Amino acid sequence: MKHFTLKTDKDGIALITFDSPKRSMNVLSQDVIDEIIAWTKTITEDEKIKGAVITSGKDAFCAGANLEELGGKFESIFSEIAQDEQKGKAKLFAMAFRLNAAFRAFELCGKPVAAAINGLALGGGFELTLACHARFAASDNPKLRLGFPEVMVGLLPGAGGTQRVPRMIGLMNAAPLLLQAKKIKAKEALSMGLVNAVVPQAELIDAAKTWVLENPKAKQPWDQDRFRFPGGDPWTPKGFPMFAGAPAMVRKESYGNYPAMPNILKAIYEGSQVPMDAALRIETRYFCQLLLSPKTRNMIRSLFISKQAIDKGAARPASQKPGKIKKIGVIGAGFMGAGVTYVSAMAGIDVVLIDRDMEGAEKGKTLTETEQAKRVKRGKQTQEKMDEILARITPTTDYSLLFDVDLIIEAVFENSELKAKITKMGEEVISKNTVFGSNTSTIPITDLAKASSRPENFIGIHFFSPVHKMMLVEIIKGEKTSDYAISRALDFVTRIRKTPIVVEDTRGFYANRCVMRYIGEGYNMLSEGVKPALIEQGARMAGMPVGPLSLQDEVALDLGYKILQQTKKDLGKQYTPHKMDPILTAMVEKYDRLGRKNGKGFYDYNGREKSLWPELGQFAVNGLLKNQPSADEVRDRILYAQAIEAARTMAEGIIHNPREADLGSIFGWGFAPYTGGAISFIDMTGLAKFVKRADALRDTYGDQFEVPSLLRDLAKSGKTMYGKFNKPKYTKGQLEKMLEADVVKIANAMGIDAKLSDLKADTVAKILAKQ
Amino acid sequence: MTTAYIYDAIRTPRGKGKKNGSLHEITALSLATQQLEALRERNNLDTSKVDDVILGCVHQVKGQGADIARSAVLTANWDETCAGLSINRFCASALEAVNIAAAKVMSGMSDMVVGGGVECMSRIPMGSDGGAMGVDPSIAFDHYIVPQGISADLIATKWGYTRDDCDAYAVESQKRTARSWDEGRFKKSIVPVKDQMGVNILSKDEHMRPNTDMQSLGSLNPSFAAMGTMMPGFDFTAIQKYPELESINHVHHAGNSSGIVDGCSLVLVGSEEAGKAQGLKPRARIRAFAEIGTEPTIMLTGPEAVARKTLKKAGMVVSDIDLWEINEAFASVVLRAMEGLGVDHSIMNVNGGAIAMGHPLGATGAMIIGTMVDELERSGKKTALITLCVGGGMGSAIIIERV
Repeated sequence: MKHFTLKTDKDGIALITFDSPKRSMNVLSQDVIDEIIAWTKTITEDEKIKGAVITSGKDAFCAGANLEELGGKFESIFSEIAQDEQKGKAKLFAMAFRLNAAFRAFELCGKPVAAAINGLALGGGFELTLACHARFAASDNPKLRLGFPEVMVGLLPGAGGTQRVPRMIGLMNAAPLLLQAKKIKAKEALSMGLVNAVVPQAELIDAAKTWVLENPKAKQPWDQDRFRFPGGDPWTPKGFPMFAGAPAMVRKESYGNYPAMPNILKAIYEGSQVPMDAALRIETRYFCQLLLSPKTRNMIRSLFISKQAIDKGAARPASQKPGKIKKIGVIGAGFMGAGVTYVSAMAGIDVVLIDRDMEGAEKGKTLTETEQAKRVKRGKQTQEKMDEILARITPTTDYSLLFDVDLIIEAVFENSELKAKITKMGEEVISKNTVFGSNTSTIPITDLAKASSRPENFIGIHFFSPVHKMMLVEIIKGEKTSDYAISRALDFVTRIRKTPIVVEDTRGFYANRCVMRYIGEGYNMLSEGVKPALIEQGARMAGMPVGPLSLQDEVALDLGYKILQQTKKDLGKQYTPHKMDPILTAMVEKYDRLGRKNGKGFYDYNGREKSLWPELGQFAVNGLLKNQPSADEVRDRILYAQAIEAARTMAEGIIHNPREADLGSIFGWGFAPYTGGAISFIDMTGLAKFVKRADALRDTYGDQFEVPSLLRDLAKSGKTMYGKFNKPKYTKGQLEKMLEADVVKIANAMGIDAKLSDLKADTVAKILAKQ
Repeated sequence: MTTAYIYDAIRTPRGKGKKNGSLHEITALSLATQQLEALRERNNLDTSKVDDVILGCVHQVKGQGADIARSAVLTANWDETCAGLSINRFCASALEAVNIAAAKVMSGMSDMVVGGGVECMSRIPMGSDGGAMGVDPSIAFDHYIVPQGISADLIATKWGYTRDDCDAYAVESQKRTARSWDEGRFKKSIVPVKDQMGVNILSKDEHMRPNTDMQSLGSLNPSFAAMGTMMPGFDFTAIQKYPELESINHVHHAGNSSGIVDGCSLVLVGSEEAGKAQGLKPRARIRAFAEIGTEPTIMLTGPEAVARKTLKKAGMVVSDIDLWEINEAFASVVLRAMEGLGVDHSIMNVNGGAIAMGHPLGATGAMIIGTMVDELERSGKKTALITLCVGGGMGSAIIIERV
């Protein structure tokens, strides 16, 4: 065995240690499953073995299944299913059921098996421990978390999670774990009844061994005749209302957009009525159904594979090597500057925080103080750590302190002259190699770079508000921005653990350009007489986190109003009016309804409650429509308006990579995550169908739905956006320089059946051929 | 096609569907048995000439399970050649039983059939039979299923019926019911329920509150607000089906919704020849009947749809109907059906309804057919359309004509 060691002690207890070579994390790849089957056979058949304890040789226990390998493996079956549905699906089931069968085998081996959970156990890793007859978790590993992240990428916990957890703690307690991917600490798991005891790591294995010795006839509760489903199964007076309420609770949050959620509910409901073996088959069937769903495949691609790569700096130009950012200067200690300071200090970066006066600079530090204090209060952070973080921040008015920073983030008001002045003041102090980043959201970087004496080191680093909550950062290239500057910006953004995408310089860059289409479509519908509630609900049903009118309230209407005035002034006679103009103008000028910030906008705000302003009907130019559109129509308008704008930015070369465009859409402005992002949405719809629908929308509602000719061309040639833009990323030379494990990962992600044991050259050849 | 006639219609008084209800100590089987005995005695029936007894019953478990119709045929000592069938179309079960009885007669395959229903809600509460509809995510999640009360409030919200509208309707229902009892309008069809010794235990509907007024109703809390907005939040499911609504106005409460009661009802249906052979005089002719499925989330809009379908089958229009009976499941159901059909309240539910008297789910349909048979005779009017809203989004209706 490569991934496990098995040592039997004098008492006949086999200690099985999971410790995969050359991996930082234990994951459940196919060869690991082979070995689980192998050691199960050993502990079952070896008469000297009285029981077993499973633990990990790493800090973490096990991070779950290998999603990339999984994706790759199953990709090959999809074509088989296309050819012969019955046969192909049977094969898919057989592959997916292997892990369930492997776990079930040691659960039924007839000897006690206990898990010594020394660290983090997620997904399949957690499920492995649930198939054990007892679980002991370490009290002193701060990174120990238990949970099921599957639902986040459109999957369900498919190795018994949907069956064993409800059988241990009931439907209602299982729901947050299975449906919301809630991660719990050891103590919580103990109070929920998911682990038997929590003990220090040093005593963990002994505790597990003791349990094994004391329970020679261990049998899972669900394998005993008198088993009763905790909290009641669907046909008990107590269980019935729980099972009846669960669909409504799930629908409230998900709007039915995420197939994993109803599938989890179905697996629990159906599984609760049959013995474990049948229940596991039911679970695997619902798991496979998800694997076959385009939504799930898009979610895995964007939210897992692309995100991992991009968070590591995949957008870095080939000529550049990663470097480290140790110290930055933040100029402008307002809300954005304070946010950048906070996330940087959290990530271990020293920050020189500059403002016009000391009071302003100090104030910029308070965000970090209050946020950290909250964490300390909740027990998520120690006072010591908090003090360390705060010590990294130096509020000052003195530009000379910037002399040794690696990067500047300028976050002052959106005023070109002010920004020009600050650029000059900063550049006088900083070293030649220090990159100057401007956190502008509206002014073109090329314009701002004119004030710079070294425009090649000038770049846009666009954060979203609030900085500490929003994952996306747009890195904007000015005309003269160098690859080196991009690379340094990536060094910074990856260090603070955000998702960086690289975009070209244009008004609104990428995210704001698209989100304006979203808000704009809300205004269009309001003006056309669609009921405001339908606009807002339709948007939520489309998968947007907040409706367009809500979002406008959050952004503040006077901000939109100011931009409108500026644009009108800039364009003069060339300005073409929009349906939103009179609405925005009346809301601000006539009614002083500025949004949440003054307690009234499209909504009336009353503490935490809000309700649509009843007078919005007045903005329907010809009155409310007698025949209101269907929710599907509203959903299409909302998704298409945004996706078409995203496609335009790609057609114009503003953003180059569909993976970045997708992640930018999800993390920048919340584009329906179940689609995998704005570009994946187009591909998933199918280009021909997308263009046809867009044309119909254009004919009915206007030119905002005119698709770029790129989409028409792709539709004609039967291609996809990913097919066109996700160019082969890897050259032969690059692949040869990589670690073999990474090459295998890349191959698996592409659907190539490759193993670490294969010759690296063969795997490289396969990748190149597939590209 | 053979014409089907109604020869008789009887019902029990309705007992409160609680532990202190008068019928709580009487089994469902006994209720059905007593009704069958009474029907036989009143009509001097040769039960060997009756092909089938069809009983609606929504919760066919425990004492109402295992084909209660056949059990009652035997305990009532009807001829053993008379069969028994129990059916479930939720609230319209008993009306559906009469429709099936009529269909058997009209097809010529049966000569005389009893349709009716029985439900002891005090003993076998709602939900006792489980069922996939509310709990299996394949239907509950995928098809936006919500409890009926939410649907009733959804109707009120969608068509703008206020709490006052619904309360005013309820007050009128109580008034009309009280008047009907005072004037003896139910006399013909009420058969008192006897206890185990043969002593009358209930002779009059006991759920009524004739002194109900707007003030007394005003103090009642809405019944479905908590489950709608809080746990588990069924409103959100409903709104995702009706996204033009910002929120749901929870207007229904115990006082403007149908009461939970126990009861049983029977309608004797037969061909002209079969009636003649037994020396019976027909009281009404069955002109048409129908059933329909409607949108299941709002669920309770079936009455209008099925009324139109039945009228079409009968070659009639709305104005051809003299009297209307739509089960008062919830005030908004009747308000909506009246508005949709353009039927005036003066000819709708003229003798009150389930808000006052209660709604013994599987038995109500045949009860209100009986009410109309009596009322057509009393008022000298000709035609009546009787219908009920049905769970899962359905409706059943029948048109009868006095002969």
